[in-house]
Amino acid sequence: MDLTRRDALALGASTFALTLLPFRASAAADDAIATFTGGAATSDGGVSLTTPEIAENGNTVPVSVDAPGAVAIAIFAAGNPTPEVVTAKFGPLAGSQALSTRIRLAGTQDVVAVAQMADGSFAKASNTVKVTIGGCGG
Amino acid sequence: MISRRDFLQASVAASAIYGASGVGNWSRLAAQQALSQDQLLQFDPLGNVTLIHITDIHAQLKPVWFREPEINLGMGEVNGLPPHVTGQDFLKLFNLTPGTPEAYALTYNDFVALAKAYGKMGGMDRVATVVKSIRAERPDALLLDGGDTWQGSYTAQMTAGQDMVNVLNALSPDAMTAHWEFTLGLDRVTEIIDNDLSFPFLGANIYDAEWDEPAYEPYRMFERGGAKIAVIGQAFPYMPIANPGWMFPGLSFGVREERMAEVVQEVRDAGADAVVLLSHNGFDVDRKLAGRVDGIDVILTGHTHDALPEPVQVGNTLLIASGSNGKFVSRIDLDVRDGGVQGVRHKLIPIFSDVIAPDPEMAALIDAERAPFEADLGEVFGTTDSLLYRRGNFNGTWDDLICNALIEEREADIALSPGFRWGPSLLPGTPITREDVFNATGMSYPAAYRSEMTGEMLHTIMEDVADNLFNPDPYYQQGGDMVRVGGMGYRIDVGKPQGARITDMTLLKTGEAIDPAKTYVVSGWASVNEGTEGPPIWDVVEGFIRRHGTVTVDPNKSVQVVGA
Repeated sequence: MDLTRRDALALGASTFALTLLPFRASAAADDAIATFTGGAATSDGGVSLTTPEIAENGNTVPVSVDAPGAVAIAIFAAGNPTPEVVTAKFGPLAGSQALSTRIRLAGTQDVVAVAQMADGSFAKASNTVKVTIGGCGG
Repeated sequence: MISRRDFLQASVAASAIYGASGVGNWSRLAAQQALSQDQLLQFDPLGNVTLIHITDIHAQLKPVWFREPEINLGMGEVNGLPPHVTGQDFLKLFNLTPGTPEAYALTYNDFVALAKAYGKMGGMDRVATVVKSIRAERPDALLLDGGDTWQGSYTAQMTAGQDMVNVLNALSPDAMTAHWEFTLGLDRVTEIIDNDLSFPFLGANIYDAEWDEPAYEPYRMFERGGAKIAVIGQAFPYMPIANPGWMFPGLSFGVREERMAEVVQEVRDAGADAVVLLSHNGFDVDRKLAGRVDGIDVILTGHTHDALPEPVQVGNTLLIASGSNGKFVSRIDLDVRDGGVQGVRHKLIPIFSDVIAPDPEMAALIDAERAPFEADLGEVFGTTDSLLYRRGNFNGTWDDLICNALIEEREADIALSPGFRWGPSLLPGTPITREDVFNATGMSYPAAYRSEMTGEMLHTIMEDVADNLFNPDPYYQQGGDMVRVGGMGYRIDVGKPQGARITDMTLLKTGEAIDPAKTYVVSGWASVNEGTEGPPIWDVVEGFIRRHGTVTVDPNKSVQVVGA
């Protein structure tokens, strides 16, 4: 073996990026959603939210929302310091009511999509996206 | 679609064996007399289509000992369901007798005694014999390789997987999918696919990360016995997370359930009479997928290294688990008529290397692949007094040895060894060769780092890895085992949520509790971060074994598991 004491004692480069523990949905997220809905109740169904189960890179997480018939779609990152991500409005001539983007997540948290329907009602979908250190699978 | 009667015909190959010797009568000779190649291969053909499944060979060209896990916990609704059944419970569930060849092949009990009696298992020359025998009966049988084929040995390491590519080409599979293959680097994978591979490399869930478009062929349609059989490939979903993403830049993976549903619909629309998923998802991910995506007849599972003597049925989907390291080959006969699967017969064929004759052509090819490295492979570093094995949710003795080496050779307080599931076993009293060390460590990011971490960071890492294994939702599991720890004890309550599982972290050399604010010297290997510095882990282990001559690994009592 070629390993010398000096090599052995050298401290290697930092090997684990520190990840924070799961972020709980904050009051800020509830407030942000309430601002979008005007405090109206939200129902499940009618919104299809696609996210990875585990983010490959927490800095750029692909998120897609499809809500046929919606007049507006908003995405919230419930655990981010600023939960509001994006709000899109769809006019009557829009060919589809779908939205895709990439967002940054501060840690494991719920991503929430809320759609405002033409009749003024609101529908919601939520997925947990895990942001992990990784590296020990296999 | 699949009747209960057909389902009951599924059985472990060895269970048909009679006259297997009882306790106290285990000699190699008896084993050879009790078992015969004809018995192992005996199969009443059914229908018009045959699938042959091999997976997770991890570059093991030669027969190996491989101890199955003692602890293999299932979380949530799969708690206590196969494959989360081990030892005596496994024998009971599948109605197997302790001490028999099938008990040796499928469980950990009395492993050393049974290993001496029944010998090593696997060997690609024996696998070739089985494949050729099935093809003699069913010339157009589909041979499908579930991946984790090109990594895990000294010769695979030295040839960047070329030895395995050559051997698999000679075996002539009809398709493969992948996981560790990508740790050879994307350029190498592309080179092999473009220049060498004589069969398709499938991965419906492999995407171009920038354009979010499919990057590899998702499926291949085969005409067999007058029926159209679609084989869809699914690569390991957590490739850039569990392994170094910088080695295959620009690729994105994921379970991509919606994509799978689309591809199944596409092949059904194209006239598929049967749909086979060649998967590297891991068993629990496949079980969940089978319950949520309609239209898959058979899932050939991989990644989690489970071997099950009977299929697991979810709705109209059968899940097949064919083990690892060449220990088993699965044969599945399908009766495909009138646009669907009308019947199934399955057999998990154990590859007892002293019973199944090596195929001469394949044996010659393997010898040729190994010839340039023979002297290195056989070099003895020392002897082990203990059984060395890796598989199991928590520490195994191979990793305890590696952790001991890291602590001593790198002067660390605490050592971390990744929870890989590959790596064969070594019996007590046997020499440890370079080949053995590479079988447990051979991979492309081996740097043994030495780093300072606070107690808080160590806790965060432990919690993170534990959640990758014990999250109750299979889609959040990465399919490895728990990170192995040397120099530190801990208590884990697997049923708790992330952040609350790991307690009582204790520095073993002082008996003191780990202080979140204090800094500890930690050595480990297989970091996924680019630029990790340190000697390769195999050099560290070699130095340790040479210095000690004979190594002994004491039983590990420093991990306390509750909540299972």
